[in-house]
Amino acid sequence: MSIFIGRQTRLVVQGITGRDGSFHTRQMMEYGTQVVAGVTPGKGGQQFEGKVPVFNTVADAVRETGANTSVIYVPPAGAAGAIYEAADAGIAFIVCITEGVPVMDMTRVMPFVRDRGARLLGPNCPGLITPGESKVGIIPGNICTPGRVGLVSRSGTLTYEVVNHLTRNGIGQSTCVGIGGDPIIGTNFIDCLRAFQDDAATDAIVMMGEIGGTDEQNAADFVRQYVTKPVVGFIAGQTAPKGRRMGHAGAIISGSSGTAEEKMQAFEAAGIAVMKRPVDVVELVKAAR
Amino acid sequence: MNLHEYQARELLKAAGVPMFEGGVASTPAEAEAIAAHLGGGVVVKAQVHSGGRGKAGGVKLAKSPAEARAHAEKILGMTIKGLVVHKVLVVPAADIATEAYVGLIMDRGTQRPVFMVSAAGGVDIEEVAATNPEKITRLAVDPVYGLLPHQALSLAFTLYTDIKQVRTAARIMEQLYQVFTANGATLAEINPLVTTPDGRVLALDAKISIDDNELDRRPDLAALRDESAEEPSEVAARNASLTFIKLDGNVGCVVNGAGLAMATMDLVKYYGGDPANFLDIGGSSNPDKVVNALRIITSDPNVKAILFNIFGGITRTDDVANGIVAATREFKVNVPIVIRLTGTNEKEAFRILEGVGMTALSDMDEAVAKVVALAKEAA
Repeated sequence: MSIFIGRQTRLVVQGITGRDGSFHTRQMMEYGTQVVAGVTPGKGGQQFEGKVPVFNTVADAVRETGANTSVIYVPPAGAAGAIYEAADAGIAFIVCITEGVPVMDMTRVMPFVRDRGARLLGPNCPGLITPGESKVGIIPGNICTPGRVGLVSRSGTLTYEVVNHLTRNGIGQSTCVGIGGDPIIGTNFIDCLRAFQDDAATDAIVMMGEIGGTDEQNAADFVRQYVTKPVVGFIAGQTAPKGRRMGHAGAIISGSSGTAEEKMQAFEAAGIAVMKRPVDVVELVKAAR
Repeated sequence: MNLHEYQARELLKAAGVPMFEGGVASTPAEAEAIAAHLGGGVVVKAQVHSGGRGKAGGVKLAKSPAEARAHAEKILGMTIKGLVVHKVLVVPAADIATEAYVGLIMDRGTQRPVFMVSAAGGVDIEEVAATNPEKITRLAVDPVYGLLPHQALSLAFTLYTDIKQVRTAARIMEQLYQVFTANGATLAEINPLVTTPDGRVLALDAKISIDDNELDRRPDLAALRDESAEEPSEVAARNASLTFIKLDGNVGCVVNGAGLAMATMDLVKYYGGDPANFLDIGGSSNPDKVVNALRIITSDPNVKAILFNIFGGITRTDDVANGIVAATREFKVNVPIVIRLTGTNEKEAFRILEGVGMTALSDMDEAVAKVVALAKEAA
């Protein structure tokens, strides 16, 4: 097992004929992901790389191929529309890679996705990978190796840095998930922590956070109450400057400024082993298991 | 993107929010003319993207047009938190009976716009939030239905008892919500919302921030950007599609990805150095971006050494290597450069750099420790 994706994943790529979509579809196919369909309106009937049928709509793709997961590489202006379409077509797990989706769009997307019982990952995220089985998104497959550590992160390349340390030191991963850094996202730390806690193939969890907001503090609360597996954490942005903040609403709603110190304290109070540097992940995970 | 107060006022005014007449001036003479036109006492307010204007001396009361001119002379050109004042807003100095706070923010937790209102408005609202949180009423608005009439009314009833004032305030909340959603704002705030001794309800000061992701589809909003109100190096970076924030240290950093960029700055600090900037070259890396990044960083005289930290995924490390080589051919870089590259096409990248006598490292800690040592030697 693993979380969210695995051998059972049958993927439809929305925006398969675009520059990013085609490049990453080839990478996913090389990795072994079951890419069963692509969608580009007006290009229905074509074949991608002579192997993957392209459809005009996600509904067509689901009906013809039994796709159960979608990944979105369309430009920002069309990203919200692509999520609506996937959810309406009955896709259970939707991964939106697109960066730059307006937040106002996401306020309306989220209730729609929930009403249809779907899960969204992203937007503005690197996707996820279950090493040796399936990758959906843009995480480089060659830095991962199968194993029993689950990883969840708000960032992209920082995730690669940490995964690379794990892999080089013989510590494999069950699933690595990049949840994205936008203000409104479909899947948060707590969703991933719950899934890893329930996943028989995961023994320990690595959580990579950042400054800003209160998601990490909420995640720490969840760990204290529900997670029995060892958790190792990191917060990026300890030296980030305090922004030239405008208005008071942000401070009022969070009750504080979401600093790295505050988040690391919340982690420690929840029994999460805190890394000072990315490389520390190796020793802390070894010690935790 | 933050709007100036006068820009926020225009958006609110267009939506019907009642407020005092006022005008924007770029010169002391214009400020004087506006004050003369308004008649009576006025307030001259610096237009910068920063809080704490009053405490910095950027907000002054004037009893006459001549005094307004004198204040404008002092405020125009002054620096508030590193930002130069290019414009002042001139508004009547009103008699105020009460000050309330009305804020609307995009909330991560509820994934909805959330109203926060309090009868205890004014400059100390954050203090109120910290010490008397019960004095702030919150309401998450369902974006599918918008702010419903009874919700606006019940918020207004927490501010006023007079039904006329309550109805006016409720309408202002609806107008504020309208401005917030129609312009893709992440923050819209009226502070203070005042009552006058004769019972009118008016917005005295406003702040609006627009989601940067709206600007591509909203050229009308993008046109409100005032580049003269920003740090020049940050403007240059944005125009080159780089995310850049200037800091005070001496180790220049070029990194791909925001999280890795922050972790790199943290590691510079860990090894006893001080980062000169945050710079994210983003996902796809054409060599031009690297040239622009190096040009922006080397224009900072504080920088004593530069670190490249690139983890290739979509970013091809050979593109970055080509960019570094191109930059050093285009202009002279007078400080040492430490390069850390790993990931996509790294063998090719190392070969490109070796071809011009440069070397690269593959370990992040090793590279950061080295660049910190070099910066210390040069300082």
